[in-house]
Amino acid sequence: MGKKILTEKINIPGIREYDVYRQNGGYQSVEKALKEMTPEQLVESVKASGLRGRGGAGFPVGLKWSFIDKKSGKPRHLLVNADESEPGTFKDRYLMEFIPHLLIEGAIVSSFALEANLSYIYIRGEYMFVFKILEKAIKEAYANGWLGKNILGTGYDLDLYVHCGAGAYICGEETAQIESLEGKRGNPRIKPPFPAVSGLWNEPTVVNNVESIASIPWITLNSGEEYAKIGIGRSTGTKLISASGHIKNPGVYEIEMGMTVDEFMNSDEYLGGMIDDRPLKALIPGGSSVQILPPQYIFKTANGEDRLMSYESWADGGPVTGSSLGSGGFIVYNDTACIVRNTWNLSRFYHHESCGQCSPCREGTGWMEKILYRIEHGQGTEEDVDLLWDIQSHIEGNTICPLGDAAAWPVAAAIRHFREEFEYHIRFPEKIKDRNHFREQPMEKVRQLLAK
Amino acid sequence: MERVIIKQFTQQVNITDEVMARINELTSHYPEGKQKSALLPVLHLVQDAHDNWLSVDLMNKVAEILKIKPIEVYEVATFYSMYNLKPVAKYKFEFCRTACCSIRGAEDLMDYTCSKLGVKQGEITPDGLFSVVGVECLGACGYAPMLQLGDFYHEHMTPEKIDALIENCKQGKVEFYSE
Ligand SMILES: Cc1cc2nc3c(=O)[nH]c(=O)nc-3n(C[C@H](O)[C@H](O)[C@H](O)COP(=O)(O)O)c2cc1C
Ligand code: SF4
Ligand code: FES
Repeated sequence: MGKKILTEKINIPGIREYDVYRQNGGYQSVEKALKEMTPEQLVESVKASGLRGRGGAGFPVGLKWSFIDKKSGKPRHLLVNADESEPGTFKDRYLMEFIPHLLIEGAIVSSFALEANLSYIYIRGEYMFVFKILEKAIKEAYANGWLGKNILGTGYDLDLYVHCGAGAYICGEETAQIESLEGKRGNPRIKPPFPAVSGLWNEPTVVNNVESIASIPWITLNSGEEYAKIGIGRSTGTKLISASGHIKNPGVYEIEMGMTVDEFMNSDEYLGGMIDDRPLKALIPGGSSVQILPPQYIFKTANGEDRLMSYESWADGGPVTGSSLGSGGFIVYNDTACIVRNTWNLSRFYHHESCGQCSPCREGTGWMEKILYRIEHGQGTEEDVDLLWDIQSHIEGNTICPLGDAAAWPVAAAIRHFREEFEYHIRFPEKIKDRNHFREQPMEKVRQLLAK
Repeated sequence: MERVIIKQFTQQVNITDEVMARINELTSHYPEGKQKSALLPVLHLVQDAHDNWLSVDLMNKVAEILKIKPIEVYEVATFYSMYNLKPVAKYKFEFCRTACCSIRGAEDLMDYTCSKLGVKQGEITPDGLFSVVGVECLGACGYAPMLQLGDFYHEHMTPEKIDALIENCKQGKVEFYSE
């Protein structure tokens, strides 16, 4: 059993309720932080922990906190990002649904470290039932003196509210989220200025993922140095992985970083191997925005080293033979899945979710969706694959926010690693008429056709 | 964004005292002068109280309450996919159609549900009770295939479970809003 930091208490009956949470050591980190530590000490301890943002980009949390503008004297805010809309990712919901007070506890300590007196949790609108759970938990926290004026008699005031979105993936991007919280469309802002200088209502704001903030109580109680001992290299601590697709035991797992991918995929304690024992065809290790990989790069890196569940190991090989730990959305495909169909599906997603501000993203995602639709539906031409490659290569780096990149990378990786599947679709349209064409006749069985 | 406001649909606008009290509570979550921030939560609230859709009259009412321009409300209502700009079925089955659900049979299940109800995707049954729509990832990818109905997620769905759910809806036994 690996170390559990976030989910250690999640199975205690009644832990969603304040009393049970408190009886099990809840809110101790608030007592420690407010009574025994200064905001600077807290920032230092999070820096020492090496905790990297769990929203996908992996930016060091302590470093981000140290950028918040405290000199201007403007009000500061923590914004907890609970938008969780990256396909394959459902870990934040697990924490919020089953142990909501952990997030609230983390938000109080983090707000204190940032010297913020008004903070928000922004949750996606579809999680309305979780919104209501959080709202109730926040009320309990107020009623028990953990929020409001003069918390624990220390003179520190904090108001914390939960705010809901209304169906827009782009509102997970931090500046779009700020716009949305201001009651506007979720159009990302041009950076700089960064939110730490000018964020919500042009006031200094730090945006952090739910899982990042839920790690703060443990770090505060046990020290950053202790946290840094868990994990491997610059991937410290534990990570929540949400696993889906063709595996025996889908769900959310907390793992210590550094575990081999093989153990995670195949041991009974974790994913338990492939469903129906069918062969593994592909994996997306960190949510739909990261590169899809074929089997030869899943358990081993291109150098033949064991692939590990860590930021560095997944990135090994760059976009060519590596991928990214991203948000921890671990999507497993067996040989019945069609990579072309999956890529089309994801392009449709990005096209649907593009906010439309930049033309390479707005138009490019639409073109990619159209071409992929054509190929998947037996109307593709020989030039289409190169055309797709060309379009995706012109999106990356040319947009206001990273959604453009996120739309381009999966297409590039699918072509890079599964080009023969695209060719098969183009050359044998009569064989792919059924949406489940690989269910009866997986690529393995038809590959010889391509040689002719 | 192909989402547009169609003026021909009208509805009876009725902001009850209870709804108004909740609006006041929501606006109190934001600093003085920043009441526009409450717009998204308020739109959810009034939509829930008006058969799950927003007419122009209702949006204008929200603008008046929040002291913002109507256009500021329309801009937002057309951007976010959860706001319905015309009447919807009482039981709107929103299936996740994105990758993880798709590879676990979401589209086959949507086809099954459509043919069971005798509608195409997006259509409403003549009795106004049901519709089937595809939406993007709902954060339940490990519990695929799944659908959302009101506040609730129905996960690990099968044709049998769809049959039972439809039956329960018809008998009015299905919970819509969580507490
Ligand atoms: C298109 C897009 C969607 C995103 N969605 C999310 C999300 O749902 N949840 C999240 O925490 N971060 C998301 N992010 C990342 C945020 O912009 C931001 O980096 C993150 O919330 C910072 O928190 P962290 O440093 O704790 O990871 C998204 C980024 C982009 C570009
Ligand atoms: S990259 Fe796409 S989503 Fe991001 S700002 Fe530009 S158009 Fe909007
Ligand atoms: S892909 Fe269906 S819930 Fe995420």
